[in-house]
Amino acid sequence: MNLFGLFRRGSAHVARERLQILLAHERIARSQPDLLSVLREEILAVVSRHIAFEPDRVQIKMDRGKSVSTLAVDIEIPNGPRTSGAFTV
Amino acid sequence: MAQAISAQETMARETIVDDRSARVVVVTSGKGGVGKTTSTAALGAALAQQGEKVVVIDFDVGLRNLDLVLGAERRVVFDLINVINGVAKLPQALIRDKRLENLYLLPASQTRDKDALTEDGVAGVIAELRSKFDWIICDSPAGIERGATLAMRHADTAVIVTNPEVSSVRDSDRIIGLLDAKTEKAERGERIDKHLLITRYHAARAARGEMLSIDDVLEILSLPLIGIVPESEEVLRASNVGSPVTLNNPLSAPARAYFEAIRRLKGEHIPMLVPNEGRGIFNKLFGRKAA
Repeated sequence: MNLFGLFRRGSAHVARERLQILLAHERIARSQPDLLSVLREEILAVVSRHIAFEPDRVQIKMDRGKSVSTLAVDIEIPNGPRTSGAFTV
Repeated sequence: MAQAISAQETMARETIVDDRSARVVVVTSGKGGVGKTTSTAALGAALAQQGEKVVVIDFDVGLRNLDLVLGAERRVVFDLINVINGVAKLPQALIRDKRLENLYLLPASQTRDKDALTEDGVAGVIAELRSKFDWIICDSPAGIERGATLAMRHADTAVIVTNPEVSSVRDSDRIIGLLDAKTEKAERGERIDKHLLITRYHAARAARGEMLSIDDVLEILSLPLIGIVPESEEVLRASNVGSPVTLNNPLSAPARAYFEAIRRLKGEHIPMLVPNEGRGIFNKLFGRKAA
């Protein structure tokens, strides 16, 4: 019974706090790749209507900061004749 | 083996009528050993006990157990994979419960080849069963692999079985994410109905702060709760003898929890009684017997 006295407070509150922190992170991690692939698809669809580029020369990055998050889209455009033509649209 | 099917059984198999539109429920959890199979058997039996026509499907290919929990392990002739492969027709593989004439089992196979479970095959089986039953309850295997995703694929409703314990809650959260992304309903942009069933709850431990409380779990997973099944020797006793707990001892605390759970699944609003150990009356009435 001494043991019960020692651990009277229990450990459930630790479990709850650990879970809350962990799941907050895992939920973000889970939604991120999906969001990025959707963004990638839609952005590329729009850009490719006007500019010709290689789909695998594209980088999309999202950084989550504390107050601001950034989305960086880096598309490498070859300087060919088709490209300049596309700009005249 | 196939010859062992009696004429009576064959008759029973043929009398399944095609004028229904079943609700498809997946019983899932991510984590193993939390009580999915026990809960599938108990929920299925409870519904059948109320006159609903129910089929329970074991999706745990290679590690079937729903047959054992239902006491039908010696009656398995054909299984889900046989039906998908065209070796057997669906009515041949369905096993009618000996005690509940409205309860049927579609067993999993013991083959190790999980690829035998195909997306089209499962879709065909579910479609055929929909017109013959009121409820189709899919017992998901543990994990997030093919068996688990196919078990949830066609579900209208999900019952997420969770123990008040960190790894189970975490895996439930993961499964909830999958339900919202990988089910047919989710892909159509509809919302899949999700319900939480907390099992192996130990009120005394929760009261002492040694186990996550019901509120903790609800706050973390934020799903509607359809039942709290207490940790109970009745559950073990029922599976020992191959009888769903709702049939084996309908008045026991876990059986009552399952009966209430199906009423909530059907949309009834009944107040949830959280087992309150300590000096509470619940403890005196059920706690001792149940724990």
